[in-house]
Amino acid sequence: MNYHSKKLLKLHLAPWRMATVGSLIMVGLGIVASRALYLQSLHTDYLQGKGDAISNRNMTLPAHRGMVSDRNGEPLAISTPVESLWARPAEVKFNPAELKKLASILDMAPDALMQRLGSRKKGELSVQRPLTPDQAARVAAMGLSGLYLRREYRRYYPAADVAAHVVGFTNVDDLGQEGVERAYQDWLAGKSGERYVLRDRRGNMIRDLAPIKLAQMGGNLALSLDLKIQYLAHRELAAAVTANKARGGGIVVLDAKTGEILALSNLPVFNPNNRRNYDPRLVRNRTVVDTYEPGSTMKPFTAAAVLERGLFTPESVINTSDGLIVGNKRIRDEHPHPFLTVTEIIQKSSNIGAVKMAMTLTPAQFWDTLNRAGFGQKPGSGFPGEAAGRLRNAKTWKPVEQATMAYGHGISVSLLQLARAYMAFANDGEVVPLSFLRREPQEVVGERVFSSSVARSVRGMMETVTQEGGTATRAQVPGYRVAGKTGTAHKLIDGHYSPDRYIASFVGMAPASDPRFIVAVMIDEPSAGAYFGGSVAGPVFAQVMGGALRSYGLPPDAPLPATHLTQPAPLPIPSIDSQKAERARNGHPV
Amino acid sequence: MSRINIVLALLIIASALLLINAQHQARKNFVALEGLQKEARGLDEQWGQLRLEQSTWAGSARIETLARTRLGLINPPLDRIRVESVPTR
Repeated sequence: MNYHSKKLLKLHLAPWRMATVGSLIMVGLGIVASRALYLQSLHTDYLQGKGDAISNRNMTLPAHRGMVSDRNGEPLAISTPVESLWARPAEVKFNPAELKKLASILDMAPDALMQRLGSRKKGELSVQRPLTPDQAARVAAMGLSGLYLRREYRRYYPAADVAAHVVGFTNVDDLGQEGVERAYQDWLAGKSGERYVLRDRRGNMIRDLAPIKLAQMGGNLALSLDLKIQYLAHRELAAAVTANKARGGGIVVLDAKTGEILALSNLPVFNPNNRRNYDPRLVRNRTVVDTYEPGSTMKPFTAAAVLERGLFTPESVINTSDGLIVGNKRIRDEHPHPFLTVTEIIQKSSNIGAVKMAMTLTPAQFWDTLNRAGFGQKPGSGFPGEAAGRLRNAKTWKPVEQATMAYGHGISVSLLQLARAYMAFANDGEVVPLSFLRREPQEVVGERVFSSSVARSVRGMMETVTQEGGTATRAQVPGYRVAGKTGTAHKLIDGHYSPDRYIASFVGMAPASDPRFIVAVMIDEPSAGAYFGGSVAGPVFAQVMGGALRSYGLPPDAPLPATHLTQPAPLPIPSIDSQKAERARNGHPV
Repeated sequence: MSRINIVLALLIIASALLLINAQHQARKNFVALEGLQKEARGLDEQWGQLRLEQSTWAGSARIETLARTRLGLINPPLDRIRVESVPTR
């Protein structure tokens, strides 16, 4: 448009003014444009980063460790969030009164707390992990600079010491250290995820900027343990260890049909919830990782070895009069009998009889039977560090070694291994692989160790052990037929058999007509007088087996008249004293 | 020609407003979703804690101690247990 052509709009301005203003505006615009160009294209990374730092956040998605439960879903190990207190020493600033208050909340001495905070100058350090919810709330309320709370997952073991050796525990970094926690670390551990989000000015997340990496929660694990039986086994074992002033003991309860470990306990024990008094000796799962010389509980395998080769029948009579010498060793019997049948040798636990049977075999034959029963091999339960025991090569056997092996010396086993081997007798000759995890019945595939007729006849012999005239009448369970074998072994200490230290054991199964459970009990160095397997370990077996049979509701298989004979007189009302005595007998802290 | 331009311009403005609205709704829903997910995690944790508490209260050891001390119950010795068989028909 031509302004000069319109008269009214005609301005009488000097052209230079126009040029000056115009060029000033152009220069201004140029400055703005070049600044914009600089910020937008040349300096963009820095500014974009600043902006993103305000609005975008990288978040970790926490994943917690899976739960360990027993076969019925009762929790045995569970992770739950707790607060832990961290400090950045460089930022820590508070006056003595605040220090004192903080120390009292944390239950620490002020000096110790000061030392803790001064132990590092840079970075951050953990002041206390974990805090109780109450402590966390009080520390947060103080609002001190340089201190902050961090949320962590902590592992709790509701069953405490009862299942401690099987479940094991994790360290502060949530890594399994012992037991199932260690064996199934990869399955139980969670994997934390990540997401990158855009946030608005109130801090709400409004958009995902990158695909979410989902947190993988740790898998849950159902063990084969039955907490009810586990508790019963642990309690009875503890009572027996206390009553017999023993150094320790172990117990294993197996489901003979499925190979599942229903209970496994050791003494001494530890509390996995309290790691202040950590003592590696208490943490050993002796039942699985330690071996011992089993003694007479090995005799059923000797009997099976001669029966399956047709060398003897259960009724064969053997001269067991005193004074058998093999090599330069004299074999003795605690209660000598001149003649015993094979069944009676098992019933009365005759060493001489067992040796005479074993000496009719070649070393290779005897080794073959023991090897098939799993001795000298890891029992394959998957537990970390399980022991294989010792079964030496038959070529190196001297006659005296073959003789002592017949009654369980010169061979070492773990209690778990022994219980596993007894499965062959319980299961008509088949051994099912052991499992610490709950199993579905269809998964079970057994391995044949003995023919079913041999297994049945040895089981029949073992039934006489708990009957009148046997070594373990105290292992009877009312209403049920029980088969088992006692063991009383001299302890091997520094290569010599100790004359007065023993390992008393009992391994048995019930109901004997079709065994469902195998219970193996071992008491280490009973020193309150009694030391025979039948009198020390037998009663523990009876209590645990009785409880297990009742809790599974298995029908009694003992002939009825026998049960009626054991019918007691009307119960007297227990006096206060007898109640106290009863409490003292069972009243151990759990 | 010019009329159709006006109509198109109006349509563009309308769709731009709808886009803004949709974006806003999406953000609001996302915030709500986040809140609910946070709540779910909290409830999950609480469930774990309650479960822990329950198993502590219902632990065999505690029940047994209570039964013995408060109720005066005892564990029957084996010779005082009688097993009865119900005849099967």
